[in-house]
Amino acid sequence: MAVCGSACGSNCVPKDTEGEEGERLKRLSLEEENSVRRCTKCAEEEARKECNGLCAGCFRAYLYGKFKLAVTSNAMISPTDKVLVAFSGGPSSRVALEFIHEMQSKALACWDASNSQALPVFTVGVVFMEECNISDELSDQADDVIAQIRSIVSGLSPPSKDLRIVPMESLFSSDLRKLVGSINDATGREDFVRHLRMLSLQKVAFEFGYNKLVLGLSASGIARHVLSATVKGQGYSLPADMQYVDTRWKAPVLPIRDCLEQELVTLCNLESLKHVQVHDKPCTSINGLVSSFIARLREDNSSREHTILRTAGKLKPFNFNKFSSNQYEYVPSRLRPKFQFIETGEPESPEVLCPICASPLTATELATTRCSQQMKGLNIKEMEAFYLSCCQSCHFQILPKEETSMSCDGFFDLLPKPMVKRSLLRDEIKDYLLEDS
Amino acid sequence: MEGVEASEKVKRTTPRLCSLCNQRKAALRRPKTLEQICRECFYNVFEDEIHRVIVENNLFKPGDRIAIGASGGKDSTVLAYVLSELNKRHNYGLDLFLLSIDEGITGYRDDSLETVKRNEIQYGLPLKIVSYKELYQWTMDEIVKAIGLKNNCTFCGVFRRQALDRGAALIQADKIVTGHNADDIAETVLLNILRGDIARLSRCTSITTGEDGPIPRCKPFKYTYEKEIVMYAYFKKLDYFSTECIYSPNAYRGFAREFIKDLERIRPRAILDIIRSGEDFRISTTTRMPEQGTCQQCGYISSQKLCKACVLLEGLNRGLPKLGIGRKKVCSGEDQVQSKRHLENKALSFHGKHGNVEWKR
Repeated sequence: MAVCGSACGSNCVPKDTEGEEGERLKRLSLEEENSVRRCTKCAEEEARKECNGLCAGCFRAYLYGKFKLAVTSNAMISPTDKVLVAFSGGPSSRVALEFIHEMQSKALACWDASNSQALPVFTVGVVFMEECNISDELSDQADDVIAQIRSIVSGLSPPSKDLRIVPMESLFSSDLRKLVGSINDATGREDFVRHLRMLSLQKVAFEFGYNKLVLGLSASGIARHVLSATVKGQGYSLPADMQYVDTRWKAPVLPIRDCLEQELVTLCNLESLKHVQVHDKPCTSINGLVSSFIARLREDNSSREHTILRTAGKLKPFNFNKFSSNQYEYVPSRLRPKFQFIETGEPESPEVLCPICASPLTATELATTRCSQQMKGLNIKEMEAFYLSCCQSCHFQILPKEETSMSCDGFFDLLPKPMVKRSLLRDEIKDYLLEDS
Repeated sequence: MEGVEASEKVKRTTPRLCSLCNQRKAALRRPKTLEQICRECFYNVFEDEIHRVIVENNLFKPGDRIAIGASGGKDSTVLAYVLSELNKRHNYGLDLFLLSIDEGITGYRDDSLETVKRNEIQYGLPLKIVSYKELYQWTMDEIVKAIGLKNNCTFCGVFRRQALDRGAALIQADKIVTGHNADDIAETVLLNILRGDIARLSRCTSITTGEDGPIPRCKPFKYTYEKEIVMYAYFKKLDYFSTECIYSPNAYRGFAREFIKDLERIRPRAILDIIRSGEDFRISTTTRMPEQGTCQQCGYISSQKLCKACVLLEGLNRGLPKLGIGRKKVCSGEDQVQSKRHLENKALSFHGKHGNVEWKR
């Protein structure tokens, strides 16, 4: 930048500007010449291209801020909670683990510094669900993955975390491999494994005394779920799976939903957070098609996933997407009214859930179920009652059809008992059934 | 070994029978259900499903004057043919008309209108043609020249919607029917999710829309697959125009269309599943929906002071091609004077059954 005398009429910098301001301007000038962009937030550090104009530090703070806001504004974690983090090894659950760990460390530091130490600090455990024995598609790289999982969890700074590596087939007395293998539809197979996984996580949480379950479900994952559910005819139940809170399960599920997968991958790379790299296999299912569609949309417009999330966010959640009032006792009193149930008009009747996927049934599905049940009368077999109570999507893609190798009875016998217990109809009439029937 | 080979050969040469009538030879695999059926059974199930949709949804009543939006394409040609047939077969008691819109696209619309003129003779249905030039003093060729190929479909869609209503009012129609098929509606559901348009998402699966407006419109092909419409037109040897609009390659809808084609290959019923999802979405009652009013300039139905057509026209006439496109408003200080078109002080009024609609400057 040229420096001229005082008679100069142009708007260049006067000769006698010295000190801090001069230094800053000289630095800016040099930066302009070297094309170094500064962080748009702190304006101190260099902006990273992959961090949307932020430096690495501000980017991390931005993601952690989103996570913390989701946790605090939805009262997700209380001091007395035992939190189980479902860790798949992928970047999303890796960041979820990292953030939960940081939140716990900070809470512990506060507790140490506190005189009264009245409120305890929540405890955190980690679970990895081993699925290689139930599906050929999942059997590759299993040993490597487990070794990496152990290494990651043991590498976390104190407080240490209990890690449980649980083979899914050990949780139920069924031959899960045979059960999953009998499902012809590729999408149905994937979705059924997903439902089994959730059931398994619940079982582990319940058996080991955890009352909260954290899933590393990112905004991108939810966007994929929104489109997948739409194309499978599950528009009614779609909002149930994408809220911060889901009390359909005994241990409520708390997804981290506001961070894009790309952002989480970037954070893992910036902070060298080890995570498991899974090699992509060709996917012939609807879920795979949706993933590639979303990837194409993202290339066209990086905000598309957020838009999908925002659209689905305008769909009405269900009654079970809120904690019961006694779980808000640790929420500050000024925030508690926000979580108290406010009756607007007639209260909604409790939803009837599909026993396989736990999706709320639509009015049409319920009417069809009840009509069919009435036609069959009290002689209805448990297997028939179960199948009648499933949603249309599970009927199509999971339950056996006439042309499949496994009979309806065979499939029903292999189902995990917790899944069968969810079936409502039999429970409704069982008190009226005589011993012989 | 020879016996096995012989039986295999017999299996291959024995013609497969229709799975519905078990009498005639199967001629096609039905795209919706993958059943292998004969031509006659295909015609029956195709027509019967449409008849059931019409009856179960009370789309028409005897004496209705129905304007069939006819572009000369496969959907509207098959729609005109099937409606005409079902009207006679089941005594709907309808007066059917063909209503065409001439957007002024050389090499596309002028050719397809020739098809519609032939349909008028072939099906014995009176034809009314309304043009953009007549209504708006702009043809699509002129619009594309002014604005390029990025937002031209927005202009065409907005103008066509209003043109259909004005044309229907001219022929005193009670209802407009369009050939929107299941693929179109599924694409629209997906597009509205991708764009965040919850208001449209709540309406787009309705089989009848605009019941509170001047002329309701309905979609009898709501559950009919595009492939089956093509198949029907092919086997019936119906006369239709099959070229895609020359200005459409960059339409965003193409994204959704490609996805749905891939989806249909994996799971044909997915198209109906998307429509079902759209019908079942729990749209919150607290979601703010636009209020319906009328345009201060032309009187057309509108949720804003000026209807979209008037806003877009204003942009065209002032040389502001982006006016009305996207969410930003163009400030007056950024006017760029291109070519000036002066809108003639022309009042075009339609003394339709549903009240006068004046369009004036």
